[in-house]
Amino acid sequence: MDRKSFVRTRSGVYRRFYKNRLSFVGGIIVLFALIVAIFAPWLAPQDPNQTDTRLRLSPPRTHNYLLGTDEFGRDMLSRLIWGARTTLLVAFLATLMALIVGGLLGLLSGFFMGWFDILVMRLIDILMSFPYFMLAIAVIAALGPGLFNGMIAIAIVNVPFFTRIIRGVVLSLREMDYVEAVKVLGAGNFRVLIHHILLNCIPSIVVATTLNIGWMITAAAGLNFLGLGVQPPTADWGTMIAYGRQYLVVAPHVAVIPGLAIFLTVLGFNLLGDGLRDALDPRLKT
Amino acid sequence: MKEYLLKRLLLTIPVLLGVSLLIFLVLHLAPGDPAAIMLGAEATKESIAQLHRDLGMDHPLPVQYLIWLRKVACLDFGRSFVLNRDVFPEIWLRFKATAILTAASLAVAVAIGVMAGIISAVRQNSIFDAVSMLCALAGVSMPVFFTGVVLIILLAMNLRWFPSAGMYSPVGGNIYDLLHHLVLPALTLGTSSAAILARMTRSSMLEVIRQDYIRTARAKGLAERTVIYIHALRNAAINIVTVLGMQIGYLLGGAILTETVFSWPGVGLMMVRAIQARDYPMVQGGVLFVAMVFVLVNLVVDITYAFLDPRIRYR
Repeated sequence: MDRKSFVRTRSGVYRRFYKNRLSFVGGIIVLFALIVAIFAPWLAPQDPNQTDTRLRLSPPRTHNYLLGTDEFGRDMLSRLIWGARTTLLVAFLATLMALIVGGLLGLLSGFFMGWFDILVMRLIDILMSFPYFMLAIAVIAALGPGLFNGMIAIAIVNVPFFTRIIRGVVLSLREMDYVEAVKVLGAGNFRVLIHHILLNCIPSIVVATTLNIGWMITAAAGLNFLGLGVQPPTADWGTMIAYGRQYLVVAPHVAVIPGLAIFLTVLGFNLLGDGLRDALDPRLKT
Repeated sequence: MKEYLLKRLLLTIPVLLGVSLLIFLVLHLAPGDPAAIMLGAEATKESIAQLHRDLGMDHPLPVQYLIWLRKVACLDFGRSFVLNRDVFPEIWLRFKATAILTAASLAVAVAIGVMAGIISAVRQNSIFDAVSMLCALAGVSMPVFFTGVVLIILLAMNLRWFPSAGMYSPVGGNIYDLLHHLVLPALTLGTSSAAILARMTRSSMLEVIRQDYIRTARAKGLAERTVIYIHALRNAAINIVTVLGMQIGYLLGGAILTETVFSWPGVGLMMVRAIQARDYPMVQGGVLFVAMVFVLVNLVVDITYAFLDPRIRYR
């Protein structure tokens, strides 16, 4: 592909992305959430674990607390900001683990086919025979509750998602004429796989990852809500809802505020993912 | 059709074996000795060794798996460490509650999702289409446990229409009481699936109603209702059934969270408590049972495909 046509293609991608206003809004929400998570220590007005039992369950905008306080009198805003860091970190690292394992399996099974492909696909069939959340629960049961174990659990559940998508893309790419051409020119399997197939999988990987992070945030928050992931007193959105649920009558804000944070962040990732998919790889829509 | 059914049934066996092997390995490779957990901190080495022998844990791992598999085939899922009762009757009792919740949620999802999807497709680019697709997008992004919290605040605490908890035995009681307690959990669990179904139904219907045979059906003077519900929906149904089958897995998994929010006495709530108490036989039995139910549901979905699309039988 010459330089001119590449630029034209790239500008087409940008045009398709910007034309979709909702995905642009999604991008801004995601950017905001990321900034909050990264700069949490500077943005949080106080220590998220600092308690003041005299002011417990204060409603928003009272006693100088913008979002009120929780059941131990801890500042909700500070916990929300630090919670963004925990929730997004778990979701991102779990997605990365699932992408590395699932992507590698998909890449190799799609490229080499044969017995390895059969073996991988049967393993994926078995993993997909579990109701989504149930497998994560089984892994947590084995490893024990905790932040890192929760991450591993939701990563394992998502391995099939990446394997199937990347295998599908590799299967279509390996039949392309240009792959045949570089093989004829004497390129080895490793070179073909890395330089000519993996690089062309990147758009699909970007789209699949963005679409998956929203689910990962929900799953991570779900495990934490059940008390099987992040353990107290670490600030996390799922745990905040779980504890706030006990005070819905007197202080609904304790559960509603982190719930809205999860909802908006997941919505942002879903909108961004939809926009990226339409711009980069509309085939994934089906 | 008989040949297809037999082939599909035989294919289920290796999947069931794979599922059982995975559950067995995951929970056997877990750190910590179940026998030591059962006997507590005061246990002596001799008593732990004796319990290992009693539980068959002194055999090699493949032998342990085969012994366990034989027992599972006879519906002997072991004994709960905490309740000191057989696991299977406990799971069966709890599963009835989960099945009621899942079926009701599926009904909510189909009623809202499929109808909204059909109307959105038929009235593409209308206000209804825009609003329903926006709601669907919000529904997909809303975690099920937060939907539950919002519904409790709105419909249980403010309007006082439905109870937020209090169901202890969904089977064998008053049907009105059951329905009264079921509304909020079923709405909670069903709405997120409804959102996915609405998006899928809309796109499948849009694909189908642009086909030539739909134009032909309209040209020969068929009523619009017949064109949409008989000609278009039947052909869009394959994709809808695919998503529906996947949604049952989502509902069975999501039931864990919904049951926790509403204290619904199902398998999910039982498993969360079992994990916290490190009651391995209960967790193992619960995961195995629900996974097997899901494999059988997938079998039914595949048979439904063959019924809806005869081409599948000949592949």
